[in-house]
Amino acid sequence: MERKKVTIDGNEAAGYVAYHTNEVCAIYPITPSSPMGEWSDQWASEQKKNIWGTIPLVSELQSEGGASGSVHGALQTGALTTTFTASQGLLLMIPNMYKIAGELTSTVFHVTARSIAAQALSIFGDHSDVMATRQTGFAMICSNSVQEVMDFALIAQAATLESRIPFLHFFDGFRTSHEVMKIEQLTVEDMRAMIDDELVLAHRKRGLTPDAPVMRGTAQNPDVYFQGRETVNKFYEVCPYIVQKQMDKFAGIVGRQYHLFDYVGAPDAERIIILMGSGAEAVDETVQYLINKEEKVGVVKVRLYRPFSIEHFINALPKTTKSIAVLDRTKEPGSSGDPLYLDIVNAISEQFNDGVLPFAYPKIIGGRYGLSSKEFTPGMIKAIYDEMKKETPKRHFIIGINEDVMHTSLEYDAAFTVEASQTFKGKFYGLGADGTVGANKNSIKIIGEGTDNFAQGYFVYDSKKSGSTTTSHLRFGPKELKSTYLIDKANFIASHQQTFLEKMDLLKDAIPGATFLLNTQEPIDKVWDTLPEKIQRDLVDKKMKFFIIDAYKVANETGMGARINTIMQTCFFAISNIFPKEEAIALIKNSVKKTYGAKGEKIVEMNFNAIDQTLANLHEVKVPATVTSKIQFMPYVSGNVPEFVRDVTAVMIAGEGDSIPVSKMPVDGTYPTGTSKFEKRNIALEVPVWDADVCIQCNKCVIVCPHATIRAKIYDEALLANKPETFKAVKFKAKDFGDNLMYSLQVAVEDCTGCGICIDVCPAKNKKEVRLKAINMAEQLPLRETERANWDFFESLPLYDRKKLNPAQVKDSQFLEPLFEFSGACSGCGETPYVKLVSQLFGDRAVIANATGCSSIYGGNLPTTPWSKNADGRGPAWSNSLFEDNAEFGFGFRLAIDKHNEQAKEYLQKLSAEVGGELVEELMNAVQNDEVGIYDQRGRVETLKQKLNDYKATNPGSPKASEVEHLLSLADYLVKKSVWIMGGDGWAYDIGYGGLDHVLASGANVNILVLDTEVYSNTGGQASKSTPMAAVAKFAASGKKMGKKDLGLIAMSYGNVYVAKIAMGANDAQTVRAVLEAEAYEGPSLIIAYSHCIAHGINMGTAMKNQKAAVDSGHWPLFRYNPALSLEGKNPFKLESKAPKIPLKDYAYMETRYKMLTKSHPHEAEILMTHAQEVVKNRFHYYEQLAALKGDNEEVKE
Amino acid sequence: MDLSTTYLGLELKNPLVPSSGPLQREISNLKAMEDAGASAVVLWSLFEEQITHEQLELHHHTSVHAESFAEATNFFPEQSEYKVGPEEYLEHIRKAKEAVHIPIIASLNGKSAGGWIDYAQKIEQAGADAIELNIYKLATDSSKTSAEVEKDYIDIVKSVKAAVKIPLAVKLHPFFTSLTNISKELVDAGADGLVLFNRFYQPDIDLENLEVIPNVLLSTPMAMRLPLRWVAILHGKVKADLAATSGIYTEKDVLKMLMAGANVTMMMSSLLKFGIPHLADVLGKLKFWMEVNEYESVEQMRGSMSYQNVADPSQFERANYMKVLNSYR
Repeated sequence: MERKKVTIDGNEAAGYVAYHTNEVCAIYPITPSSPMGEWSDQWASEQKKNIWGTIPLVSELQSEGGASGSVHGALQTGALTTTFTASQGLLLMIPNMYKIAGELTSTVFHVTARSIAAQALSIFGDHSDVMATRQTGFAMICSNSVQEVMDFALIAQAATLESRIPFLHFFDGFRTSHEVMKIEQLTVEDMRAMIDDELVLAHRKRGLTPDAPVMRGTAQNPDVYFQGRETVNKFYEVCPYIVQKQMDKFAGIVGRQYHLFDYVGAPDAERIIILMGSGAEAVDETVQYLINKEEKVGVVKVRLYRPFSIEHFINALPKTTKSIAVLDRTKEPGSSGDPLYLDIVNAISEQFNDGVLPFAYPKIIGGRYGLSSKEFTPGMIKAIYDEMKKETPKRHFIIGINEDVMHTSLEYDAAFTVEASQTFKGKFYGLGADGTVGANKNSIKIIGEGTDNFAQGYFVYDSKKSGSTTTSHLRFGPKELKSTYLIDKANFIASHQQTFLEKMDLLKDAIPGATFLLNTQEPIDKVWDTLPEKIQRDLVDKKMKFFIIDAYKVANETGMGARINTIMQTCFFAISNIFPKEEAIALIKNSVKKTYGAKGEKIVEMNFNAIDQTLANLHEVKVPATVTSKIQFMPYVSGNVPEFVRDVTAVMIAGEGDSIPVSKMPVDGTYPTGTSKFEKRNIALEVPVWDADVCIQCNKCVIVCPHATIRAKIYDEALLANKPETFKAVKFKAKDFGDNLMYSLQVAVEDCTGCGICIDVCPAKNKKEVRLKAINMAEQLPLRETERANWDFFESLPLYDRKKLNPAQVKDSQFLEPLFEFSGACSGCGETPYVKLVSQLFGDRAVIANATGCSSIYGGNLPTTPWSKNADGRGPAWSNSLFEDNAEFGFGFRLAIDKHNEQAKEYLQKLSAEVGGELVEELMNAVQNDEVGIYDQRGRVETLKQKLNDYKATNPGSPKASEVEHLLSLADYLVKKSVWIMGGDGWAYDIGYGGLDHVLASGANVNILVLDTEVYSNTGGQASKSTPMAAVAKFAASGKKMGKKDLGLIAMSYGNVYVAKIAMGANDAQTVRAVLEAEAYEGPSLIIAYSHCIAHGINMGTAMKNQKAAVDSGHWPLFRYNPALSLEGKNPFKLESKAPKIPLKDYAYMETRYKMLTKSHPHEAEILMTHAQEVVKNRFHYYEQLAALKGDNEEVKE
Repeated sequence: MDLSTTYLGLELKNPLVPSSGPLQREISNLKAMEDAGASAVVLWSLFEEQITHEQLELHHHTSVHAESFAEATNFFPEQSEYKVGPEEYLEHIRKAKEAVHIPIIASLNGKSAGGWIDYAQKIEQAGADAIELNIYKLATDSSKTSAEVEKDYIDIVKSVKAAVKIPLAVKLHPFFTSLTNISKELVDAGADGLVLFNRFYQPDIDLENLEVIPNVLLSTPMAMRLPLRWVAILHGKVKADLAATSGIYTEKDVLKMLMAGANVTMMMSSLLKFGIPHLADVLGKLKFWMEVNEYESVEQMRGSMSYQNVADPSQFERANYMKVLNSYR
């Protein structure tokens, strides 16, 4: 039977089968598995049916723990149920996995294997997560490619039903989950043929029902638990045979034959690599190459890892086996070997001991590779085979990195290649915002579905959320593609942005005769002179072809704006001659229609127009015979940098992090703060420029700046003596600061992302030309050099004494130094202004617990991080534990700090005589509720340390020496520390809510900042319990039906929790007041901060207006609930926004998240909006009543 | 007494027609208008520009941040279908046709040549009885001559006329150099009726925030003088029906317009101000006035005081201050 060829990624392939063969999907988003759930939700909303003709129920839970609980429940009540997860998510499912397996329950969990957070989090692929579940009793089946993902998803489903053993079907995160590959799609008939309905009925029959009641989940005692546990053995015994049977059945239906262990290689191979996952395909490819070189090598691909069938394994090995290398993509520190290695050693050993090993006891070595999607290439594979030739190979080795501490790594030839010459290999460099990746995904689909070629696409993104660079790796050709690694020998390279030329060695991977396509605004006769020397040299030396297009010109002329995707795609097809030109254009247009048709004719028309205009603007440049350029690449970091930044950070920034040896890395995941300032990204095309004459010095631009790139200082006029020529300064207008102060507003143009939010909030307009404000956008490039010097000068100016500022005033607060700067957050981010404000107010004494999510990524993703320190070396100490435990994590900080403080005081009292009673008294009773109090206490602590050190020096051998040392180590804790617990709504409202609630109830003095974007932002916009009614989000595609949880009200119910709801764009003064009050309150504080987000579908440059509208509509009432007022007999609740003055829809329909529902589900939109308006009205009324309550010492309010 | 009239070839029971406005967005209001005596109703305008803008906006916001970051390749659920075209408007026409028995006149403002034709055809297919073309092009381009601007109008009318079979009215603004000539040209191009006049949103300046702001003002009774004059002038000069709109509040305004030559009189500001039942009030008073003054039919009075039929047509021609000066003599 001819089956449809589709070009899809691994997640879609797994989701496709899982959706078709299940009745319930209980899920929770986690990278890189989220798309499986998203696909399922989308198909359900499109009313797509499973193989039994019904639409599966898709339900999002509050955590993976919750998802696995619901899976367990749905299974126990007889539904075919699945879930999708990865990494920490899978770990949270472990308790239920034991239960599900212990109860012999049929299910398949589809897992995109991902690293586990250890010394650091990583979203990328390895087997650390799945290996942590190998003891649960789940069967484990591994897919190596997108085709196998689809096939094994079905085989696993069939096998679990027959064996009753639950299956974990896994494949490599990103490398397989996100690789786009042309595969053969299984049909509904295939799935029907594989799934035996009798087994489905049997599964359903085992479900709990009051019509035939039984009980499961009893508690057992020493007398029978053990025996009960051993009852399942026979099921595990036969499971491998069932899987092989289902594999054989699948082969009969579909034609692809798999085995529990598939051997590929020379029939007489002596050296065998054993592994599982995508790396096996690269080994397969390398083996084919080496066999042709007459090497006796082979590879065993482990399909079914649990239950591990020794019999099947041994049978898969050639009888000529002499040497085995087992590769694990996981790390089990302290073990005698990584898990697969141990299994193989055991299998060989048992067979040998039983005398049935069909060959002599081989040499067995174990290697670790590919953690966190580290590249695994033919060069590395060859190095392993070469190692196996040695008489005494390294027993435990590492491949792919330079492990220069214990010297366990193997060296390899990075230039070694095995790829077929007829395979097209293209690398495309783009920006996230220009649509390059989307265009390349389309291209691969066009090639995959329009030709007989095999086709593969893989996409790499950098770690920043603004101005991120993407690299697309496209392969296609007549030979099957098994290259599960990045392209490093390309015959086509495209740079979709001219700015990449400044820094990136774009053509280093080009092979001789390759083609280079550049998007540039330079005309054909000038472009050569703009190229860096290295680029010219590659073009000349490699005899490359060179094409240019001014894609932005075409985009502007055709209304495409910044999206040059279709234009560059057309160029690619025009140059690469995969199809005749006309056919290519027709195919691109057809693809455009498919992709954008639903969004309206105008979009299609616009793209068609762009395609038609492209060819006339595409030119071939004749490459001169000689290199003429003197232009060198810009350095990745600038200025005097610390050693670590130079040796490690800068290397990472340059994209050369793979070369960093183990010895250079911190052993425990500890990194210096304040590194973002060394990475001058220069991503803004336009930056704000200050007009000092118009400025009213309100500092509103400074407080809203998401990246801390616009700053204000006041300083003595005399300091301007050596100012750069263009540095701007004016008299400071606030008279109460004296007459001689100057005011400067300075932009870090190399760090600015160009969001323009500062300009939007600027209240001062030029009286002669009202379109101009006190800050206005101007092109960055002409300003870069002068403003760099101005910034350096500005930085050299002293900060104004923070003790003399009144931080409760917005203006004053913005003269405080931000200790959170130049983060990788999105341009115009709505969260970071709050984070930065906290850093300004309390950064020098703050310890921060950060929940996983956007804020942990822009706050902690290498190479450079934004948390920084002041001139005294003080600044926020920051850590991310997990997603779910952040409140508890921060609570732990508080416990430790309180204990340190208590101990310090105990030692003080013990050492009262040595320290001096008066100082002890002052230190013990210091009031530290403002900057003066804090600074005074720091001064006392310094005196204390001095005295203690003097004592040490003058009293050697003193019996109090130990106490002195302890007090010295604890003395700093006598100064108030500010504990901040930060995270998004996904953490606070959903996965971390239980912990958050507990910490609030603890009464501990912690400050919780909820950066509420009303959606899971970091994983791509899934609904949380904060998502408001009528808004669209993933898993709420037809509009959220339930209203947003009122977290503030819940917290207020404790009575002793400080609660504030703030929105900087609506009321910055209230924001500052609330943050100060929350920190000052000696108990738990909860601040819920409205954070606009790209997931709202808004113009980020004017997003503060959305905040204002949210408040004006009543959606986001501003309030402060201060329990301290209760103690004064006052009503603690202050409602600080007025009654709604605009209808909810006037706010909501400013945002795509609401508006798109009126386009996709107009009827539902109308009903939900009406209901949501009622909810807003009623809630506000309730708040008004709260605000009107009378405190014991208050008159009744009207 | 016969209140009936014809407009765009439609037989109407009286000359009172609610003009294009926001009230018509509710089907219940259409019913109320019919109940109050409206003889036909003009729907609000379908703006191609708005539809295009919404498509581009939706596309922009759902795709601009896609494929930028490893953890989130997009931020919105994919939807297999969006109603981003004129479907909502067309559905409203269908519902209106089901809900009321009076003719439904759709209003269209196109932007592109394709948009004018495509949407006009869709409106016809949805069941509208006639189309009112809401054409306006503010000539801010100093290089464009008035003849070129007028040609655009004429081309639009020609192309729409060729594309649909239902009658066509053109809603004009009063700022043409030669209104009489352009009216004739438009009728020659295929307009079955002319609506005098379109009122534009006039921008205002917010002194506090130094911003230009749209400021919608309801028309006042004074506004009727302008269409009154031009209805009178055009009556008999162009072979098309005339609809008078702007500032019509009372039965007396209606009477004046009819006498000047209007086939129908359209009102919206008065309905927004006094409510839909105001229409019934005007209708009642219109009948009463005609009875008292012994008019037999609307037909009888239509154009009775037009430029052609008054004793001194120059009164319609003269500028106002001349009239004042003359009256002193």
